Amino acid sequence: MIERRHGTVGRYTPGARVNHWLNGIILILLAMSGMSLFHPAMFFLSDLFGGGTWTRILHPWLGLALLVTFTGLFLRFWRYNLWERSDSLWMRHIGDVVTQHEENVPEVGRYNAGQKIVFWGMTILILVLAASGVVMWDARFGQYFSIEQKRIAAVVHAAAAVITIGLWIIHVYAAIWVKGTVRAMTRGSVTGGWAWKHHRKWLHEEVAKEPR
Amino acid sequence: MSTLQSLDITRRSATTSPSPSVRETEEVAKLIDISKCIGCKACQAACYEWNDLRDEIGINIGSYQNPHDLTENTWTLMRFSEVELEDDKLEWLIRKDGCMHCADPGCLKACPSPGAIVQYSNGIVDFISENCIGCGYCVKGCPFNIPRISKKDQKAYKCTLCSDRVSVGLEPACAKACPTQAISFGTKTDMIELAQTRVTDLNERGYDKAGLYDPPGVGGTHVMYVLQHADRPDLYSGLPKDPKISALVEVWKGAAKPIALIGLGLTALFGFFHYVTAGPNEVDEADEEQAKKTIDQPDEKRDGG
Repeated sequence: MIERRHGTVGRYTPGARVNHWLNGIILILLAMSGMSLFHPAMFFLSDLFGGGTWTRILHPWLGLALLVTFTGLFLRFWRYNLWERSDSLWMRHIGDVVTQHEENVPEVGRYNAGQKIVFWGMTILILVLAASGVVMWDARFGQYFSIEQKRIAAVVHAAAAVITIGLWIIHVYAAIWVKGTVRAMTRGSVTGGWAWKHHRKWLHEEVAKEPR
Repeated sequence: MSTLQSLDITRRSATTSPSPSVRETEEVAKLIDISKCIGCKACQAACYEWNDLRDEIGINIGSYQNPHDLTENTWTLMRFSEVELEDDKLEWLIRKDGCMHCADPGCLKACPSPGAIVQYSNGIVDFISENCIGCGYCVKGCPFNIPRISKKDQKAYKCTLCSDRVSVGLEPACAKACPTQAISFGTKTDMIELAQTRVTDLNERGYDKAGLYDPPGVGGTHVMYVLQHADRPDLYSGLPKDPKISALVEVWKGAAKPIALIGLGLTALFGFFHYVTAGPNEVDEADEEQAKKTIDQPDEKRDGG
């Protein structure tokens, strides 16, 4: 939605922002509680959750909460994240993107290929984490799985979690690096210039939607 | 068990700095001679007595084995197995199951809670229950399927090798109670020596495959068996032939830990250095002007292309 008076473009509704930040807060809590159980050097983080036992109790419930909030994000955004041929072209210019030679980079719609990779990566990883997490949830589901299945789940869960945290770091860094991005999720809108520079195709689409 | 005072801790779960270890004790071992066991379960009863635990009254499933498995209250269990290696020659192999007190303990390696599992210099691997968080990782780490998580308090329990008795110079309760001296307790060196004499004896009496069970895959154990059929440990209610910590657990609690931390640290560091070298990606005046034009005159939107 174009807001002509301010020259800004609406990007996220209040509902989408609340959904995103709930998801983000839960993801951070999950990463901290999970890391405390994964690596002794991170065990001190369990103090934030009331000690090791509370961390063990809370972590799977937080996981369930993330499943709910991420389902919300998925339903909101999946259709904008479908892969297109131009995304593959954009990926071939990823070097120009990070070195800021944007004149060589194809125009981007609502999301660029990097954002789409984060979206689908998170989708797949969260499903893997949920499935392996249930197998590791001894207090609730311990009796349904063999020890060997639990061992496999533990390795899969740890690997998926580390990749998820890695994707999250990239996601956060991209938002910090590309100035003017954070306001999309804090105020709901971006400046016209931001939309022009980073998501030109999307800006044209938004303009075309507006009655003149 | 709980920690009273220990100056002889070799290893402590989820701990990388040295643990109190000034006192050095001799390695101990319990030797269970299955060829001498009559299956009376005095050891099992003594274990309940000393640790002041009772299990539920179970049901008979056509075997003397009761309860049917190790539980949070049953830290040692007589497992009864009937085998016929030759026709019409029944052998009743009764194995006293329980923690083997591995020199390379999978439970301790898997445990995420600092000090919830310790290994003393005498070789005993002990669960310090007050530090247990109930995650069940020890169950995944154990190659012998020993630890049990209590449904009452969600803590892990297993044989302590009577660490409380041993620390004051007593033998474990099970060894004390055994009426046929099938269970011996002493230094590991002495127990290996004793086992050799028993093996020689058994060899002479027709058990040419008799031998000592002290599996090297877990660095040896501090509970050892004399087996009549050392070539077939599986006959003894599924005693593993070559127990090892699962490769999955070794990866999960080994290489994965530094790789993950270094990988994530480098990702964050890479981002930081990208920022301080390439600089922020900013929108300039020209972009804003182009945007304004596009918004105001959408018909000429392709001009800026």
